[in-house]
Amino acid sequence: MNIRSEAVGDLSTFGTDPIGVVLVKVLGIFVILVLLTLLTIWAERRVVGRMQMRIGPNRVGPFGLLQSLMDGVKLALKEEIVPKGVHYAVYWLAPVISAGAAFLTFAVIPLGPTVSMFGHITPLQLTDFPVSVLYVLAIASIGIYGIVLGGWASGSTYPLLGGLRSSAQMISYEIAMGLSFVAVFLYASSMSTSQIVAGQEHLWYIVLLFPSFAIYATAMVGETNRAPFDLPEAEGELVGGFQTEYSSLKFALFYLAEYVNMVTVSAMATTLFLGGWRAPYPISMWSQANTGWWPLLWFFGKVFAFLFVFIWLRGTLPRMRYDQFMKFGWKVLIPVSIAWIMVVAVARYLRNTGGLASRNLLFIASAVLFVVVVASYVMELRTKKREELEQERAELEASAEFDPFAGGFPVPPMPGQTPQASRRIPVTVTAPAVESGEEQ
Amino acid sequence: MNGEQIVFWICGIFAVVGALGMIISRKAVHSALWVAFTMINLAILYFSQQAAFLGTTQIVVYTGAVMMLFLFVLMIVGVDSSDSLIETIKGQRLIGTLLALAFGGLLLGSITSVARPTVVGLDKANEDYGTNIQGLAHLIFGKYLLAFEVTSALLITAALGAMVLAHRERWEPRKTQAEQMRERTLSGHPTPLPNPGVLARNNSVATAALLPDGTQSQESLPTAFKAIASEDSASKPNEVTQ
Repeated sequence: MNIRSEAVGDLSTFGTDPIGVVLVKVLGIFVILVLLTLLTIWAERRVVGRMQMRIGPNRVGPFGLLQSLMDGVKLALKEEIVPKGVHYAVYWLAPVISAGAAFLTFAVIPLGPTVSMFGHITPLQLTDFPVSVLYVLAIASIGIYGIVLGGWASGSTYPLLGGLRSSAQMISYEIAMGLSFVAVFLYASSMSTSQIVAGQEHLWYIVLLFPSFAIYATAMVGETNRAPFDLPEAEGELVGGFQTEYSSLKFALFYLAEYVNMVTVSAMATTLFLGGWRAPYPISMWSQANTGWWPLLWFFGKVFAFLFVFIWLRGTLPRMRYDQFMKFGWKVLIPVSIAWIMVVAVARYLRNTGGLASRNLLFIASAVLFVVVVASYVMELRTKKREELEQERAELEASAEFDPFAGGFPVPPMPGQTPQASRRIPVTVTAPAVESGEEQ
Repeated sequence: MNGEQIVFWICGIFAVVGALGMIISRKAVHSALWVAFTMINLAILYFSQQAAFLGTTQIVVYTGAVMMLFLFVLMIVGVDSSDSLIETIKGQRLIGTLLALAFGGLLLGSITSVARPTVVGLDKANEDYGTNIQGLAHLIFGKYLLAFEVTSALLITAALGAMVLAHRERWEPRKTQAEQMRERTLSGHPTPLPNPGVLARNNSVATAALLPDGTQSQESLPTAFKAIASEDSASKPNEVTQ
C-alpha cells in the first residue's frame, strides 16, 4: 500500500515565514474576522428585515453599514452591571475564553495559495500542521468552557440552565461534526486543511461525500447556537440563556464570539467540502483563477453564501424543542454518520486494493442513504396515529360552529371557524373619580 | 535557550501551578478549572514536542469531554456544596493511600527509566510511516489491535452500566401534549401565571387591560374574546382582574 507518498503532503512551505510576515498575517486574520462580524450583523439585520417585509437599519452610513460599528461602540461604553452573587474571577474569564477561542480557529484556515508578500513567497494561511482539522475541534471544545462558565459564574438560575443546555448541545453536535470529518480525512488522506483543499483539485467533496456535508451543515448550526437550534438563548424559556447577567463589553465579547464562530464554521465547511479557495466551475476554466490573490475572492464568496444560509434559516425556521433537538442529534445524525463512514471506508478500501470503481459505489450509497432517510421519515409521518387524526377531524367537522366556551373555558376559534361578532353595544363607562367629583 | 525550552519553562510552570491550584482551591468548580488549565498546558507542551496529534487529542478528550462532564456534575450538584470528610466505606482512607503510593511508584519507575532505551529521535521513529499519525495508526490497528478493542469494550460496558444504573422504569404512559393541555386548561390557570412582582391574578389574553380609573378597556381584548366578554358576566369562568 502506498500510504506514505499520499499522506506526507507538502507542508514544507509552513513555518518558514519571517516574524514580520507572521505578524501581518495574524493582524490580517484578526481584522478580517472583526470586519466580517460587523458586516454579518449588518447583513443579518438587513436580510432578516427584508424577509420580514421591513427595511432594517438604514440610517448610519451608506445603507446603514456603520450601524453595527455604532452599536459596538455604544455597547462598549455602556455601564457594566455586575450582579451581587457572581464568582467574579470566573465571570470575568468566561467571555474572554469564548472570544479568544473563537479567534484561534482561523489560524489554520487556508485563505489562498502561495502569494508574494513583501517579497516572501508564503501561503495565505497562518499555519498548518498534520492534524489542523482536529485542532479546530480542540479549540471548539475549549470555547464551550466560556459558555458553561459564564452560565455558572453568574450565580443565577436562568444562566445556569442556559449554560448547561448550550454545552450539552455543543458537545452532542460536536460528535456528529467530528464524524462528518472522518469521511473527508479518508478521502484526502490527510488531516491538514491545506492538504484537504489540495485534494479537491478535481472534484469537491460536497459532490463525492454529500451525506457528510449534510451532516456537517446541520451540526454547524447546532454548534454555533444559531436558529433554529438557538435553544441556549431561548428567550421564552430562559430569558437570555448564559448571557443573561452580562452587560457592556463582556456581553459584546460573547456576541463577537458567536459571529466569529459563524464565520469560522462557514470557513471550515468551505475548506472541507467546497474546495476551499479553489474557483467554482465556470471560473476555474480561466487559467489564472487559482493563482495570486484571486482565490481570496472565491473563498470569501463561499463563506458569504454559508453566512447567508445562516441568516436565511433564522428568518425561516421556528426554534426546535429541546428534547426533539437532542433526539435528532443522537438518534439520527450520529447513527447516519457512522453508517456513512462505514460505506466510505469500504469504498476507500476497494479503491486501495484496486477493486470496484469506488466513486460510483459512493454515489449509489449516498443515494440509498438519502432514500432510506427520507422513506423512514415519510413512513413515520404516515403511520403516526392516522386514526386519531381522522377522529379529530371528524370531531372538528361535527362542531363546525364556533363555541367560545368549548370545554368550559374561553377558546379562540379553530381554523375555518369564524368568531361571532360582539352582540354587546359598546358601553360608555362613567369613571368613579368623576362621579365622586360630581357628588362633591 | 531555543523556542522549545522557552515554551517548556512557561507551560511547565503553569502546569504545576494548575496542579497545585487544583488541590488548594476550596470550590470544586475552581478545582476542575485548574485541572483543565493544567491539561491545556500539557497539550501545548506536546505541541512543542511535535506531537500535535497527542496534543489535540488531549484537549478534545480530556479538556473537552472528561473535564466538561465533571463540570456538568459539579454544576448540577450545586454551587455551594462541599465535600464531607466522613468515611463512608470502611478502610477507604487506608486503601486510598496505598493505591496512591503504588501509583506514585509506578509513575516514578517509568519517569526515571525514560531514557533507558536509547532515544532515537522523531525522524527515526517516523521513518517507516512518514508521520506520527500514520505510525500510531499502524501500531494501534496492527500490533495493539486486541488491546485497543478490549479497551473500547470496557468503555462501552461502563457506559451501558451507567445507563442501566440511571435507568428509571416508567410506570405510567407518557402524557401527550393534548392531555397536558387539557389538564392545564382545567386547572384554573390555563395561561402562565403573571411574573413575580406583578399585581394580577392571571396572565391570559382574555384579561382586559385596566384603564387609569380602574375600569376594563374593551379595546384591549382580541375580537374572539370580545364575543366572550359580551356573554352574561355571571357565567364567566375566567373572571377579569379587578
